[in-house]
Amino acid sequence: MSLLHVEALDCRYGLLQAVRGVSFEVAQGETLALIGANGAGKTTLLRSLAGAHRPHGGRVVFDGADITTLPAHSRVERGIALVPEGRRLFPGLTVEENLKVATGRRRGRWNVKSVLEVFPLLRPRLQLLAANLSGGEQQAVAIGRALMSNPRLLMLDEVSLGLAPVVVDSVYRSLAGIIAEGATVVLVEQDLTRALKVADRVVCMLEGRVVLEGDAKSLDRDTVVKAYFGLRRTA
Amino acid sequence: MTVVNAVLQGVFLGAFYAVLACGLSIMFGVMRIINLAHGDLAVLGAYITLVIVDRLGVSPFIAFLIALPVMIALGYVLHLTVLERSLKSGILTPLLATFGLSIVIQNLLLITFSPDVHSLGRSAGTLTTASWQVTSGLSVSALGILVLVVAVLVFGALQVFLSRTRLGWTMRATAEDADAAELVGIDSRGTYAWATALAVAIAALGGLFLGIRSVFDPVSGPTQLIFAFEAVVIGGMGSLRGTLVGGIALGVAQTLGAQVNPEFAVISGHLLFLVVLIARFGGGRMVLRVAR
Repeated sequence: MSLLHVEALDCRYGLLQAVRGVSFEVAQGETLALIGANGAGKTTLLRSLAGAHRPHGGRVVFDGADITTLPAHSRVERGIALVPEGRRLFPGLTVEENLKVATGRRRGRWNVKSVLEVFPLLRPRLQLLAANLSGGEQQAVAIGRALMSNPRLLMLDEVSLGLAPVVVDSVYRSLAGIIAEGATVVLVEQDLTRALKVADRVVCMLEGRVVLEGDAKSLDRDTVVKAYFGLRRTA
Repeated sequence: MTVVNAVLQGVFLGAFYAVLACGLSIMFGVMRIINLAHGDLAVLGAYITLVIVDRLGVSPFIAFLIALPVMIALGYVLHLTVLERSLKSGILTPLLATFGLSIVIQNLLLITFSPDVHSLGRSAGTLTTASWQVTSGLSVSALGILVLVVAVLVFGALQVFLSRTRLGWTMRATAEDADAAELVGIDSRGTYAWATALAVAIAALGGLFLGIRSVFDPVSGPTQLIFAFEAVVIGGMGSLRGTLVGGIALGVAQTLGAQVNPEFAVISGHLLFLVVLIARFGGGRMVLRVAR
């Protein structure tokens, strides 16, 4: 059975409809990449799944239970964690406090110690305010903070945004380790090559709709690019 | 020596202002709400304490401890019923809502207790009158010391609470980014409600000191609010440590002003407040422009 089941989800900001009738499934242990141009509705979709945005219509089912109307903090308790776009750390809290404040009721392998094992670069930074970290360090804290709740589903929104390529590589190396352990991951990634490499399955969005869905291995880059820019309709 | 004495008395007075301002500072720091009913909540706390003193014949301090859970519950419910709704509709609505709440509290107190002036001083026993003569021009009152010690303890405990405990981190995280806090599993609604409960509880402590040091009536709240508000602004909005310093600065300004002329006491506090406002928010340039 699928861990996450999204059914005809509609999301709006006032009159603007950002997500239009999106449906898809994420199986346990799977890594799904959401791709699409800016404004395709990826961030809104993730925020709705995390409970930060109330959808206008449709259903979100997690582990067999309808969670469409649950607030974000209760979804975290059930095992959904989102690394939000722009990282959104608590700048006035130290790195250690940023991690510890996210400790949830769920038991599991993640605590400050195990997060530091995955992101050893944070070890000397623990007592620093999050505001004083570099972009890569901030991203590491953001991912670590999400892991602290021991999620069953980890969602990542553009983790590479604003980071140097070398730093992105190191973030993805850490992620690959987490994925290899069998975590279920949904990630938004602008870099197509990277998305196809890390993901099992790809969902491509265009103007709020899913225009392409398939196995990362079987899809060729050309098809994805066409779907990405919406070229299929004219072709 | 009279100046030294004035400064010392100002520190004692300022510690009282700091306790009054503490809750105001918490609510502004965590929720960005300026609670215009804060002074009235303090006075309400004083009245509840008074009722317990009258009924049970205990000292005001014991009565305050009994009143404390009531005030905590009141603060919690206040957030869930009034403040939460008002927070959703912009920054002006909480201001209006708490302004209305202030009027409601004042009128409820008027109906219940009549406009008579009350004091907790008499029932506090010798504490209100006890003092030590240090030198001929310098005396230290027991009550002044008590308020100062309690103020330092309250602010110190809050500092430890915010920096060492999980609920403290939760409050700071929610204050900085409520949306992100929800995403890491923090119930922002509950956190806000606890912050309000804490603020109202400390307001009641301010009310207790008000009742012991002097007198109160149903409309004493707004005056206390002004002093509390000035203490918060002088110390820097959103900074707890600053509020303690701000309260004491206000107290010292008032007693020094009174040294020049008793009529200058309140106005010199206001002057300090205005000077800080002008200095901090670049008002200096504005004043110059207006003058030109």
